[in-house]
Amino acid sequence: MSKADAVAAILVAGATLYAVFGGADFGAGVWELLALRSRDRALRERIERRVMLSLGPVWEANHVWLIFTLVVLWTGFPEAFAAIMETLYLPLALAALGIVLRGSGFAFGHTFTAAGAQRANAVFAVSSLITPFFLGCVVGAIAAGEVEAGGTGSPFGWVGPLPIVIGVLFVSSCAYVASVFLLDDCRRAGEDDLEAYFLKRSIAAAVLAGALAAAGLIVLRSDARAIFDGLFDEGLPFVIASALLGLLTLGGLVRGWSRALRPLAIGAVVAVVAGWAVAQYPYLLPETLTVDQGAGDDATLTALIVVFVLALAIVGPALVLLFRLAQRQALD
Amino acid sequence: MGELTSLLPSVPVADNLLAARELMAFTLGFHIILACVGVALPAMMLIAEFKGRRNDDEVALDLAKRWSKAAAVLFAVGAVTGTVLSFEMGLLWPRFMERFGDVFGTGFAIEGIFFFTEAIFIAIYIYGWKRIEGWKHWWTGVPIFIAGIGGAFSVVAVNSWMNQPRGYELDAAGNPINVEPLGALFNPATAYEFPHMLLAAYMVVGFGLASVYAIGMLRNPAKRSDRRHRLGLLIPLTVACVLTPVQLFVGDTAARGVADHQPSKFAGFECIQETGPDQTEWIGGICTEDGVKYGIGIPGLDSFLVGFSTDTVVTGLDQIPEDEQPPAKTLLHLAFDAMVGIGFALLALAAWLGFAWWRKRDIPKTKWFLRAVALSGIGAVIAMEAGWVVTEVGRQPWIVYEVMRTEDAVTSAGGLWFWFGGAILLYATLGTVAVFALRRIARRQEAGGDIDRGGPYAPPPEAGTTTGAAR
Ligand code: HDD
Ligand code: HEM
Ligand code: HEM
Repeated sequence: MSKADAVAAILVAGATLYAVFGGADFGAGVWELLALRSRDRALRERIERRVMLSLGPVWEANHVWLIFTLVVLWTGFPEAFAAIMETLYLPLALAALGIVLRGSGFAFGHTFTAAGAQRANAVFAVSSLITPFFLGCVVGAIAAGEVEAGGTGSPFGWVGPLPIVIGVLFVSSCAYVASVFLLDDCRRAGEDDLEAYFLKRSIAAAVLAGALAAAGLIVLRSDARAIFDGLFDEGLPFVIASALLGLLTLGGLVRGWSRALRPLAIGAVVAVVAGWAVAQYPYLLPETLTVDQGAGDDATLTALIVVFVLALAIVGPALVLLFRLAQRQALD
Repeated sequence: MGELTSLLPSVPVADNLLAARELMAFTLGFHIILACVGVALPAMMLIAEFKGRRNDDEVALDLAKRWSKAAAVLFAVGAVTGTVLSFEMGLLWPRFMERFGDVFGTGFAIEGIFFFTEAIFIAIYIYGWKRIEGWKHWWTGVPIFIAGIGGAFSVVAVNSWMNQPRGYELDAAGNPINVEPLGALFNPATAYEFPHMLLAAYMVVGFGLASVYAIGMLRNPAKRSDRRHRLGLLIPLTVACVLTPVQLFVGDTAARGVADHQPSKFAGFECIQETGPDQTEWIGGICTEDGVKYGIGIPGLDSFLVGFSTDTVVTGLDQIPEDEQPPAKTLLHLAFDAMVGIGFALLALAAWLGFAWWRKRDIPKTKWFLRAVALSGIGAVIAMEAGWVVTEVGRQPWIVYEVMRTEDAVTSAGGLWFWFGGAILLYATLGTVAVFALRRIARRQEAGGDIDRGGPYAPPPEAGTTTGAAR
């Protein structure tokens, strides 16, 4: 493993953590959005409260994984970063817009009362769709080879079947992870009826995400053949693992498992991201820029590895402490 | 997709450059105010909580709690506007990132650690008001304080690098090789930019927070003897006043650093036309090709300030090729004067407080003092923004001083003016709502409401009250 590979692995690790934890936050917003349509006002309020309880302490920390990933990308692989940003500026700017609306909607929803809170919560809920969808489009467009080294690709290359499918897949898998997390939090807090509410929705979301993943494979085959082949070659163990974990979670949901659900759902997402990364390797930008070609200066790569180790040592224990507190709060 | 692409207006580089710069400046200028809060407000909370715990002072503890609630809202807005900046680095300046991302990026990577620390511990601190006992709670605030300083260092070091690029060599094609990440971070400009910005953050928050209480006391005389208001004014004001003289000293060092390292910037904001000794220091006025008009000139002072002797030779614009001079020299000159002028005005305020305290152990009784404090907050913000104008506009036309021109860094993407308009609308709304949110928190607290209730990071209020009519 070269240094560049190690930094690429760090990048994937950051993206995975964002996909799981940031994704769960977005998914919670998606559930709030769906609940907005419900006529049962008491239920709606309880869901909002549940989301606040579960996300309150952790939402900003979860968001930092995105910053971390961006920074590692531009420092470790500056060429790839520039090409992606210059080509896909439309979906990226929209994703950023979603982040602004979502973060501020969440914060203000916690501050105001009555109508103010309702409006802020609605902003939070709607923008929870925007960011994962457009980030998914970005990933899909990169896979489809729409981003060329040098940033010369078309700014509308992301308007295609693969990016759109991946975008929708991102939204649905966020919702899926979120419902499993929320379900678990409800169980700990003894909110049985909400637990049942999210249980039903977890199963639906799991089926939907699975179906979309399968549809994604079909589009992948026609639009990003190299990655498709990679998935069934080096990536095969991960594909199998993710399918197995997905099925296990589904089975567990149906059979009413409790403790195992959260790790299983996380595992399924991790396996998908890892499989994708392995399939796309050695390309940062298929098929115009490889990890080695795109890597920054050697000393910088070393520095990034050191920073990552430091981050794990410093941030890791603090994050564990925070998650523990957040779990305890789920009991409030 | 060819047809779609042709729908976008094709943009000449010059047009894009202006739009991109305005957009960057606007979003940075907005973020930096919230960044100051992130850097300096934790210290104020910690001081108040320290006082509260050591002396069993309920009022001080209460202040710490209130400030942490305001911090929560402002941190959230800081986090989202900061994220926009991270995107903009690439969306607006891809050629710059592509060429130098691996040289200066380490600073941002380190900053990531501080962001995590800040995000995690602010949540623990606020969440912990009811759940973590005694001094242990105070200690959960200390990492936020450290992260503020570290975060400021890492970002500002990157900006310093843009002013004083070090830690790499250029190969024949002009691409950086032999990068030394630490050499890039610890460039000569970091030595003054970082302390200057750190102190500015403490001044903005110190004077700013004090001015909130001063305004309250001016509007309602009953509050003038209320202990909570007096303490709320005194804690941040003391911090800011103590730091002001230090800031002027650091600013003076910065000016000499710029004269040494970036003669074009120095000549720009001092409006020095001809190289030579005995340069006049001009206060105010407009900058023309024949020097400053309508300003107050102090002969020889400029040379004296740069080299402690009127014989010091200072480089003028005559030595700088036309196309390497900074633009808008009158703006630069006035921005510099505004910063320095406000700095001295704040020093006078500090002296006033210091004198009154020395003689009477009390804040001055006159209304004029409260009026001055009420103005000091906005003054500190203006000084800080003016300082950034001096730094950033003064660096032009370079994005990396004397290495890469800004016009070579800008994106070819279309529609930037559209994004700019959108950003103004979005941020104006964001700013307005944030102010409303802060007033809401304050009013709820004034009305004797439970200050532990709600707010981002904190547990939500009891079920049924989030959207209900209960306040
Ligand atoms: C409360 C805010 C504040 C106050 C009172 C001052 N400054 Fe300042 N100044 C800043 C806030 C600031 C700043 C916004 O923080 C800047 C922008 C970049 C930086 O490092 O600090 C800055 C930049 C800046 C620069 C440009 C540095 C560069 O381009 O690298 C110079 C030469 C000075 N300052 C000089 C002074 C002097 C001589 C002052 C008073 C005697 C002074 N400043 C007071
Ligand atoms: C680490 C900190 C910073 C970095 C990396 C940074 C980077 C940049 C970049 C890339 C540009 C565009 C290129 C240029 O016009 O030079 C720019 C412009 C600008 N930035 Fe900064 N900046 C930083 C801090 C700030 C802050 C805090 C402000 C606050 C107000 C600021 C104000 C401006 C302004 C006014 C411009 C436009 C310059 C012009 O109009 O010519 N910068 N900065
Ligand atoms: C180009 C310049 C800049 C970029 C790209 C940038 C980026 C960011 C980002 C991504 C965040 C959010 C982190 C989170 O999720 O918690 C943030 C917050 C913050 N930034 Fe900036 N920033 C810039 C300029 C500055 C400057 C010049 C300073 C300081 C002196 C600063 C200080 C801070 C602080 C202290 C926070 C955390 C406090 C808060 O959340 O309010 N930033 N910034």
